[in-house]
Amino acid sequence: MTTRTVQSWFWVSPDDRGKPIAWQVLLLNWAFAFLLLALICFFSFSQLRYNWNWQTVGGYSGFFWRGWLNTLKISSLALVLSTLIGMVAALARRSGFLALQAVSRLYVELVRGTPLLVQISFAFYVVADALHFQDRFTVGLFTLSLFSGAFISEIIRGGIESVGTSQLESARAIGLTRFQTYRYVILPQAIRVILPALAGMFANLIKDSSLLSVISIEEFTWNAQQVSALTYSNFECYIPLAIGYLVLTLPITLWTQWLEKRTRYET
Amino acid sequence: MKLRATDLCKSFGRQTVLRDVNLNLEQVHALTLIGPSGGGKSTLLRIMAGLEKPDSGRLHLNDREVIYREKELMVHRRSVGTVFQAFNLFPHLTALQNITLPLEKVHHYKPPDARQVAEEILERFQLSEHCHKPPAQLSGGQRQRVAIARAISIKPKLLLFDEPTSALDPEMTAEVLEVIEELRKEGRDLVLVTHQMGFAHRIADQIALLSGGRIAECGPPSQVLDNPVSDTTREFLAKILKY
Repeated sequence: MTTRTVQSWFWVSPDDRGKPIAWQVLLLNWAFAFLLLALICFFSFSQLRYNWNWQTVGGYSGFFWRGWLNTLKISSLALVLSTLIGMVAALARRSGFLALQAVSRLYVELVRGTPLLVQISFAFYVVADALHFQDRFTVGLFTLSLFSGAFISEIIRGGIESVGTSQLESARAIGLTRFQTYRYVILPQAIRVILPALAGMFANLIKDSSLLSVISIEEFTWNAQQVSALTYSNFECYIPLAIGYLVLTLPITLWTQWLEKRTRYET
Repeated sequence: MKLRATDLCKSFGRQTVLRDVNLNLEQVHALTLIGPSGGGKSTLLRIMAGLEKPDSGRLHLNDREVIYREKELMVHRRSVGTVFQAFNLFPHLTALQNITLPLEKVHHYKPPDARQVAEEILERFQLSEHCHKPPAQLSGGQRQRVAIARAISIKPKLLLFDEPTSALDPEMTAEVLEVIEELRKEGRDLVLVTHQMGFAHRIADQIALLSGGRIAECGPPSQVLDNPVSDTTREFLAKILKY
């Protein structure tokens, strides 16, 4: 085995950027990062005078499971729905029909510029009420999807616009229809730009779903709050809460990184 | 090919690019458009390709008028092969896929048939070993040859080249021009916009010089390049031959 200099355990020279790194080196540096995290946690909690009450909270694990599953359900549905809304809004913005452009623009700017908390309350107490619609889950799902959809539409629009005009011209010259141009030329190229931003957005969406607890949708955060109130304990509820969300967001980030690698090509 | 342009006009905003362009060529196989930049030659070619609509005037190809309505233009564009200056190919597809995409999606070939057609053409252009590479891994000349392969794969009734070598290094220019000359010898009809006067002389049977949106002179190379009648042509040739 070749010997490694001390420096090469910790540094990558600019020439070697992007090249694969030996697993031993990765392991060491990741261990270092986790050590740092452990130190911060250890120091913080050692200063805390707090009577841990895991046993009592543990008796309510059913609440956590139910809530976590509900969050999983509402997030996955909102993920699909918001992507659809985002696509429609992005296409509307690019359509030749001016009224449609205006509607899309207004929607995006209003939704992006106001707090989700306000939107949820407004949707449930004003809009749904006026329609005599009382299903919290559905109202919550649609509000969350509309909220994320606005951001996603801007991400998609950015991706579409990153495809050069010469590409569109080529597509036109070979006789592709507008739909075929989107399907075979624009989307495959835009997806590369869209994916990383979309991953961040999806992770946000999952965390944002916690705000639906304000209209008493029984999702993860709402359940954790219930347990917290019933047992007079805080951290014992919030730590599982944090871990529960991480379990949902981390796979998305990793999945997108994998997709990103797979769709990469040189330009 | 029979080509007739009648009073073609085109402006972009306040800039007039073509003013009453008239051409009447009964029997032409290789028409070359030359002239100073901004003279309107690319616009004329793009009107022939169905990528640009004239403001007024008419264009007849083999006695059939080109109708400048989106639906008819789509059909027209599918029947001609256009090669641009650069960036013709789709970067996310391999050389082979760049050729099979229009064959499958526009001309309704079955995938194995499209593949066979593409492979045959790539082999003819000595590009077989590169057929699974994306454009970024090909040289400029190879890319342009793949673009030409794509254009001829659909059996077009006419090939249109818009300065196909302007973005290439000199030694790559040669390989692309060779391919075009070969197609010409095969008897394919083509229209070419170029700044390569020597090449124009070799392959054209008609040369049209466009300047200021008008056709200054049109005729066989022996006339336009060797014994020009019009002063505009003489000035243009004097300018480019000086350097």
